Amino acid sequence: MISVNRQGEVWVFAEQNEGKLADTPLELMSKARKLADKLGVKLAAVLMGDQVSELAERLVQYGADKVYLIEHHLLEHYQANTYAKTLHDLIHKYEPQVVLCGATINGRDLAPRVASSVKAGLTADCTDLQIGDHEVKATKEVHKNLLFQVRPAFGGNIIATIINYDRWPQMATVREGVMPMPEPDVSRKGQIVEEKATLTKEDLLVEILDQHTRPKKVDLKAARVIVAGGAGVGSKDNFRVIWDLANALGAAPAATRAAVDLGFIDKDHQVGQTGTTVRPSLYIAAGVSGAIQHQAGMSDSQKIIAINNDPDAPIFQIAHYKICGDLNDIVPKMIKAIKERI
Amino acid sequence: MPYNCVCLIKQVPDTKKISGQAMNDDGTVNRAALPAIFNPEDLNALETALQIKERYGGTVTAITMGLPSAADILRESLYRGADDAILVTDRKCAASDTLATSYIISCAVKKLDYDIVLCGRQAIDGDTAQVGPQLAEKLGITPITYMEELQELANGRITVRRAIENGWQKVRTKLPVLLTVTDEANEPRVPAAKFIMKYKNAMAPIEVEKAIRNDNTALDEQAVKQLIEDEIRVLEEKNLLIKQWDLGFLEADINWCGRSGSPTKVHRIQSVVLTAKGSKEVEPTESGVSDMVHELIKEKTIA
Repeated sequence: MISVNRQGEVWVFAEQNEGKLADTPLELMSKARKLADKLGVKLAAVLMGDQVSELAERLVQYGADKVYLIEHHLLEHYQANTYAKTLHDLIHKYEPQVVLCGATINGRDLAPRVASSVKAGLTADCTDLQIGDHEVKATKEVHKNLLFQVRPAFGGNIIATIINYDRWPQMATVREGVMPMPEPDVSRKGQIVEEKATLTKEDLLVEILDQHTRPKKVDLKAARVIVAGGAGVGSKDNFRVIWDLANALGAAPAATRAAVDLGFIDKDHQVGQTGTTVRPSLYIAAGVSGAIQHQAGMSDSQKIIAINNDPDAPIFQIAHYKICGDLNDIVPKMIKAIKERI
Repeated sequence: MPYNCVCLIKQVPDTKKISGQAMNDDGTVNRAALPAIFNPEDLNALETALQIKERYGGTVTAITMGLPSAADILRESLYRGADDAILVTDRKCAASDTLATSYIISCAVKKLDYDIVLCGRQAIDGDTAQVGPQLAEKLGITPITYMEELQELANGRITVRRAIENGWQKVRTKLPVLLTVTDEANEPRVPAAKFIMKYKNAMAPIEVEKAIRNDNTALDEQAVKQLIEDEIRVLEEKNLLIKQWDLGFLEADINWCGRSGSPTKVHRIQSVVLTAKGSKEVEPTESGVSDMVHELIKEKTIA
């Protein structure tokens, strides 16, 4: 661990895969920018890889004052040990006060390893970050300007705010999609700081034999309108009504975990705590009961329409338009109304 | 070639089956509303370990840190085919965050002979997925997270398929290794009748003590202590004693355990109550739906 360092910077681990920056660290930049401004310190991105220097300018455009650029041929592919070792060394060299990672698979692999070796605190899967003061009840001691790490716990039934006031850096991973992506500002100027990684081949603990990625079948995060179906839709065949309404609106079709588990639609369409977090202008939930785990992924939608035949369905508590009735009757009426008006 | 597997398991509140309020009025978590279960993905980790034992030989040791009641999931592991069960329990473990937990468990695992350490990808109470990678770091062994399939185990090397963002990768590494296992990896078995028969009386010392004290309230302290000692010896001879380790036995540095070993602290906890601002009922009729659509088009929510 490092000691409390009020001059320390705010850092974002700028995850890149195959030379492309991941979305989550970019989403994090607007929030991290605000945190750094509030603390009166610089915001730095930490960029690692092999021949990735052209990404550094983009991080500046997204809000970084500084980019620590570490290029090494052994950093070409993400691996827990090489990346953790490099980030560990950099933390000890510069003593940042905050280190943030996206809660991607790599971020959730890297951050705990670094927190363990640095012996610092780490909060997983945050949905919000703030700066605030904390009073230790026993001693009345007040710690000012701490990172408030806000996250759901107990399956989303509670929201906990976690702090770390003595063993820094304050580390957190942040869920994908919970922070809006900032607009890049091409006129922004920043400083690129080149750093060296001290790695040998023995640091590569794993051989990557093969790797496959495919683009997601739907981009829920970018959709302005989403039409989601739940278990109440009844069958894969009947899920057609969700697709039809989505098509009529030019919307993205989505689903609850229950509907995905029942095989109504591919997992790429899943919204909720274990799926994608979305914040569209309009979210239409049909046959969705509104389990807390689903609400965690869509409650920030600007407008919510809920269609359900159970008047006590929890989804109605967060809906702006409540339609109590059979979705097989109501959805066609909506499609008709849309086609008449648009 | 046989492999010794150590499987980390956790007893968790069943966060998907909450009856009543998740929070008490005083802001603490209402554990009574949350039935305690075997963390789901830890069953996938145990299944992987049992399959390794069946295929290559070796042993499976289940280990958990928790309250005395966590002995339940150790028995559940024995019922499925684990050879040995260890309960790490100590009041001084209370309030441990993931860093302190991984330190305590690392002290326990270091006392064991292992080739492969397995954990579930994450536990459903905190969903942090942190203890596995932190434990690997503390043990100084290779971590492989998000394992979806064990493909090959030969010549001291392991090959697995693991999840990456929007895909998978096939990786190989030398043993020893720590795997975190996802629910894609396998279908966990149910308890076997023969193991239930064999282990139904298996108990940890703390459970033996509680049972004997309850049944013998009239006896004096010395007689009770004697009964407890005798019963523990009997269980040990029958191979039915769940091992119980405390921080003293683990020779753990207390500064790295419990509250003092945990950098993260809770500032505030709030119950989740989501409600919409300004909501309206829409009649499930053609005109009701049509008016709603018109309103949304007018305010440009629908383009």
